[in-house]
Amino acid sequence: MFILVVGAGRVGSAVAKRALEAGHEVSVLDEDPLSHEQLDKDLAESWEDAGGRFTVGTALEVDALVEAGIEQADVFIASTNGDNTNLVIAQIAQRRFDVPRVVVRVLDPARAAWYAEQGLHTICPTQHAIELVEQAALGDAEPEAA
Amino acid sequence: MYVIVVGAGKVGWNLARELLGKGHEVTLIESERRRYLIVEQELEHAVQYGDATELWVLERAGIQRADLVIAVTGDDEDNMLICQVAKEKYLCQRIVARVNNPRNLQHFKLLGIRPAVSATDLILRLIEHEVPQYGLVQLLALEGERLEIIELEVADGAPAAGKRVDDVELPEGSLIISVLRGGAGFVPKSDTVIQAGDEVLLILDPGLEASITPQFTRNGAGPG
Repeated sequence: MFILVVGAGRVGSAVAKRALEAGHEVSVLDEDPLSHEQLDKDLAESWEDAGGRFTVGTALEVDALVEAGIEQADVFIASTNGDNTNLVIAQIAQRRFDVPRVVVRVLDPARAAWYAEQGLHTICPTQHAIELVEQAALGDAEPEAA
Repeated sequence: MYVIVVGAGKVGWNLARELLGKGHEVTLIESERRRYLIVEQELEHAVQYGDATELWVLERAGIQRADLVIAVTGDDEDNMLICQVAKEKYLCQRIVARVNNPRNLQHFKLLGIRPAVSATDLILRLIEHEVPQYGLVQLLALEGERLEIIELEVADGAPAAGKRVDDVELPEGSLIISVLRGGAGFVPKSDTVIQAGDEVLLILDPGLEASITPQFTRNGAGPG
């Protein structure tokens, strides 16, 4: 599969590397040229030598998305550090470029839930953290009697 | 009318002030603390502090009963998403979005955000209006209603010059609605004679420009 990752932060770059290792074709788009270091980190060779693609560009610019290969993408991952950017580009990928699978990282639980109802595949790390912390802190403790 | 304005920059603040002056109920939302405190000195309870891309902030402002939501922040993604949830989640009848970067206009359209207003485009239109050498100027486009108003200067030797409005050969679905002559505008009658140097305003179905322009250019030439 051809996977396009927009936003090479901790999440995006880690997913990109794992997808490349798994044998997929992977292209990464980020507006910061230095984010390339996140991709090289822990690799024996450079990201490109390992077979990855990297494009510097703004996610909202259609030219940058096309250069990064959105027209061929089977999977689109929106993982920039901004919820609003992610929600907009995910909808561009879905509606304009008909990418079959679109995954979007949204930190705000309320909007992650609403956009999921609208047909976007949202991932909300905050919601997972809330549940994990709640589970760790409270476990299956019985509430104290008043 | 109850209006929510998002973004208390120069545009949003003045807009809120104007709307309040016209007797509307207004809530202005600003996400930057310092800006909020400045604006609050004037608008008091009509301005709220918060990030309007968050649903609870919109709900606190009473979006469920808003007649109009105007998103004029300096961030296009924010304006798009605020209008999208206003329209699709809270079923607000009317929205207006500001486009900061005209290149993003296509994304507003893709998400169904209309009208989307771009200052750059508006200024370009005004320049074209002031500098008639541009030829055809689009003054207003009502995309939903599929109508537009254009302005054309009548060139010397154009087929329409010297003709009665009645006799100008225009396609079905177009109409001359105004003539600007010698600095004044008037609504022409069917026997008004069009003169070279006039600027004429036409209302038309979109897509007819190409068949209208030749009537007003020299020797019936196409758009130059």
